[in-house]
Amino acid sequence: MSGTVASARRLRLPITGAIGATVLIFWLVVAVVAPWIAPYSAGHVASPDVLGPITRAFPFGTDYLGRDMLSRVLLGARITVGVSLVATLLACLAGVTLALAAAARGGWLDAVLSRVLDAVISLPSLLFGLVVVASLGASMGVLIATAAVIYTPGAYRTARALAVNINALDFVTVARARGEGTFFIMREEILPNLLLPVLTDFGLRFVYVVLLLSGLSFLGLGIQPPYADWGSLVRENLEGLVDGSPAVIMPAVAIATLTIAVNLLIDNLPTRREVGDGR
Amino acid sequence: MNPVMLRLIVTRVAVSLLTLWIVSVLVFGATELLPGDVAQAVLGQAATQDAVAGLRAALHLDQPGWLRYLIWLGGLLRGDPGRSLVNQLPVTQLIGSRLPNSLLLAALTAAFSVPLALTLGITAAVKRGSLYDRAANLVTVGVVSVPEFLVATLAVLLFAVKLHWLPALSSVRDIHSVEQLFRSFAMPVVSLSFVVMAQMARMSRAALIGTLDSSYVEMAVLKGARPARIVLRHALPNALGPIVNAVALSLSFLLGGVIIIETIFNYPGLAKLMVDAVSTRDMPVVQACAMIFCAGYLLLTTLADIVAIVSNPRLRYR
Repeated sequence: MSGTVASARRLRLPITGAIGATVLIFWLVVAVVAPWIAPYSAGHVASPDVLGPITRAFPFGTDYLGRDMLSRVLLGARITVGVSLVATLLACLAGVTLALAAAARGGWLDAVLSRVLDAVISLPSLLFGLVVVASLGASMGVLIATAAVIYTPGAYRTARALAVNINALDFVTVARARGEGTFFIMREEILPNLLLPVLTDFGLRFVYVVLLLSGLSFLGLGIQPPYADWGSLVRENLEGLVDGSPAVIMPAVAIATLTIAVNLLIDNLPTRREVGDGR
Repeated sequence: MNPVMLRLIVTRVAVSLLTLWIVSVLVFGATELLPGDVAQAVLGQAATQDAVAGLRAALHLDQPGWLRYLIWLGGLLRGDPGRSLVNQLPVTQLIGSRLPNSLLLAALTAAFSVPLALTLGITAAVKRGSLYDRAANLVTVGVVSVPEFLVATLAVLLFAVKLHWLPALSSVRDIHSVEQLFRSFAMPVVSLSFVVMAQMARMSRAALIGTLDSSYVEMAVLKGARPARIVLRHALPNALGPIVNAVALSLSFLLGGVIIIETIFNYPGLAKLMVDAVSTRDMPVVQACAMIFCAGYLLLTTLADIVAIVSNPRLRYR
């Protein structure tokens, strides 16, 4: 483990990666402190001017009811970032755990898991989301669980491919010969060697989850009022599109900055070979 | 066609059919077996006990899950997915009126985006590392990593609102001339193409670069072949398989895009039908639409794999 920490310290990000990291950290901070920095509360009708332009008082314009868009985008960051993070964490936890078990155990467990999760992957994600929302409704818990289930197979696939390779290495064989149990081998021998690629995969899944949830919200089948994520903000102000109103552009741009930032960051993370944890 | 290749293809098709079956279990399971009473939801809270019980019986909701699944699957295989819970019309009739619209949208998008994306991908691969390549890369990464509805709204903003080139809304009715066809389809097709093209251009670029990196191309360079000849005669024929594979895979992204695009433009297609059915919880329609979309998606990914198998010369001359 100490090797990983030391190489993380040596990690140098190219400029595009640094930009991505900065934007990501910005939105994470906003998600935490939004209620204290937003000029207005989410429901406050601040202006008689609906779908108003960018002014000094309303830097992001006003929405279809005359509410301050800046406040709504900042508060929306909470929902978009928060819900997506939780769903991604669940998906990766489940995916990596199943992958470690499949790699360390092999045999029928591996075969059954791989077959079933492959079937889930062959469904278009938005379609899967629609089907579940149709039967369970769009509560926040359902949305998080759905996104987690949809992206578990992807996390599983990535982690399993890596774990199977590591499982074949000598130190795992040695551990097995020592008589260590499956759980010990999963946690102490395979997992530490997976962390960096799994982190990259986590970023990728996070982008997918953000896209899926804002897509569902955009269709009116995601986050429901009074809560509003960025996807719902685009939807509710869509009538402003023909006039080029900032109320529809700003939340859309917010989503784009978040997802592009994560992509830039993970594209520029050092690969295994550069970190040099001997392969 | 030799036995090895034939066996690979047959296996691949069998796996797809197996997956389609698992998908049918998933779709049915997700919509029918999860908690929530469809009869109550459709009739509303004010419905009498008798009315709810009557609808439950009519929908076979009083029977065990596996039996309902078999009835549903049997109906699907016979081409009778039941009736809509909302307006009592046969689901086949609802789908029949929408499917051609969606297929037309998809066909126009493919006809528009495939040549453009391939040109973009191939030129970017040939001029790898150039300013052009990096600019194309930046744009395609951008388009791939933002939501489809953002691409669509920005396209409307640019082409319809700012430049006034195209009308923002489309109506499929009353099309009498080619010009009307172009005007009403332009915006949905252009926005959908953006979504699909980015993916396709990236994948075809990667496929061609893979071939350009091989040692026989290096040999051709060392022999002094002209760059155009190297790309067209040496590299492209071998990259064709992966590129067609990339095209088929990217076209499967059409499905996700089409759901968003049809909603934005209020386009009377299959995806709009499904989204509306989801908000009214019209389960038979949701299930049938989901199965059609999944079947289409599996068809494209299977085709992509078969192309990859057939275009592999190591399998062809065995």
